[in-house]
Amino acid sequence: MSAIRIEDLTKDYAIGFWRKRPYRALDRLSLEIRSGEVFGFLGPNGAGKTTTLKLLMQLIYPTSGHAEILGKPVGDVATRQRIGYLPENPSFYDYLTAEELLTYFARLFGYPAAERKRRVTMLLDRVGIAGERRLQLRKFSKGMIQRVGIAQALLNDPDVIFLDEPMSGLDPLGRRDVRSLILELREQGRTVFFSSHILADAEALCSRVAVVAGGRLAASGLLGDILAFEVRGWELVVTGAKPDVLASLSHIFTRRTEISPGRYALELSLDHPPEQVLSSLIASGASLISLNPIRDTLEDFFVRRVAEAGPRESNAVGPTAQIPRSGVG
Amino acid sequence: MRAVSWIAISVFRESVRDRVPYNLVVFAVLLMASSYLLGQLTAGQDVKIIKDLGLAATAVFGLFIAVFIGIGLVSKEVERRSIYSLLAKPISRPQFIAGKYAGLVLTLAVNIAVMTCALYLVLAYMTWIGSPTLKSAWDAPGVDVALLKAIFLIFLELALITAVALFFSTFSTPLLAAALTFGIYVAGHFNADLRNFDRVVTPAPAVWLARGLYHVLPDFAAFDIKTQVVHGLPVPAGYIVSTAAYGMAYIAAVLLAATFIFSRRDFK
Repeated sequence: MSAIRIEDLTKDYAIGFWRKRPYRALDRLSLEIRSGEVFGFLGPNGAGKTTTLKLLMQLIYPTSGHAEILGKPVGDVATRQRIGYLPENPSFYDYLTAEELLTYFARLFGYPAAERKRRVTMLLDRVGIAGERRLQLRKFSKGMIQRVGIAQALLNDPDVIFLDEPMSGLDPLGRRDVRSLILELREQGRTVFFSSHILADAEALCSRVAVVAGGRLAASGLLGDILAFEVRGWELVVTGAKPDVLASLSHIFTRRTEISPGRYALELSLDHPPEQVLSSLIASGASLISLNPIRDTLEDFFVRRVAEAGPRESNAVGPTAQIPRSGVG
Repeated sequence: MRAVSWIAISVFRESVRDRVPYNLVVFAVLLMASSYLLGQLTAGQDVKIIKDLGLAATAVFGLFIAVFIGIGLVSKEVERRSIYSLLAKPISRPQFIAGKYAGLVLTLAVNIAVMTCALYLVLAYMTWIGSPTLKSAWDAPGVDVALLKAIFLIFLELALITAVALFFSTFSTPLLAAALTFGIYVAGHFNADLRNFDRVVTPAPAVWLARGLYHVLPDFAAFDIKTQVVHGLPVPAGYIVSTAAYGMAYIAAVLLAATFIFSRRDFK
């Protein structure tokens, strides 16, 4: 069963002061996120990630297309009882304390007093701000506000959680905490849809990802599938190789690095099968330490797809449209 | 309905902790104290001056609360993006508008109650120290319950201004919303002049425009019965009821328009 279904979702904004011109922030995005998976929604700044999340939360309305969460159209108020949302760089009420804010939101979910207290106490503790529960939010640092944001997103024990740049503003310890929290949510069978431009987060957490660039879907699928087709060479680590043998093979190596005396890391392109090189080296008295395929990292994939998507100007609708760099993400 | 009340309580708590209402109440109390001093210099007119200034201060300081907090209710929430988390909760946009409005009306009610208490305390003191000869010169009793009629209509007028401020804040910037609300407030007080515009201006389009504005703009002058109350003139109950009905109908219409616009708005 799909937790989130997005079909041809498109969002145009009118830009300009006097002469309004349409600008396409999101272009016919289609995605399906299965129940219980951690889905990474990746892309550089301005790619359309935040626009997509705002459309799913119905903070903005689509120009065309359709989206559903848990089988109900987005905007269905009852469905919000089962979803959690952390906006990008969240902000709350300056004069409320963290405890008051969470209690206020818990009331909106209709929990009775004892349940409100239990949930608020548990979540403040879970995100590591139990000690600051009675401090007004205007005195909180960015990282602490982010933690409050995560707590309010989990307040209703949601089935589907939307996290927009959840690691933003967090120190390494905070990032580690959020990662373990997302993994915990996955173990509990929750669906997590999170946007990020930090690819290491996706590599550590996601089973499937989608990459958006320039408002368009550049790729989507299992992380392993996306990267499996991107093996671009081999790395051999050998010891005891004779310098004259290495010199005779130098035209084959794309890179040769002496890690320590007599120990080399050698990179081969896909044109040269590693077995042949390896047999030549072993015949000359070298020993194999390791042999590994060189894969594209998600970072490489990401950069390449963004470059393929072209400049943002391609998103302007109409012949003379200009492109803003802010306001959409 | 419960969601609306929780939003309203949150607005009330936020505005009480934001020190602006406190400052305004302090200013109102100070003004009433100065009216007492002024009254000492004007023999026989002291209570009338205190009532005049007290009611005027209640209206003016209430106006500042209604406009400056009213326009911030939605626009501040959108600007600092706190609305994102809130609208992701199981509440609809009309509930959001209703809750915000109810919260500010609650804030106004508490502020006006404080100002009314302060005014009555000063009047009670004046009555207590006043000689029988002095009291016989008063148009109305010192502690006059009829003042509550004027205060009730001031409250309704402020509730209407709050609705207007909220309406403008659903689609414009705080500065523009404040300017537009003050504009409506001023124009609404001269509504009767628009009705009789043909007596001073002859071109037909100008007269039609004035007539049109007369029907569209709120008639704030109708809520002003301060002079009658201070001078002890009778204000029929029917007038209070019909003005209250007019005010509430206007508030409902403005809030409906605000909800209509807000429900279609994109939060970029």
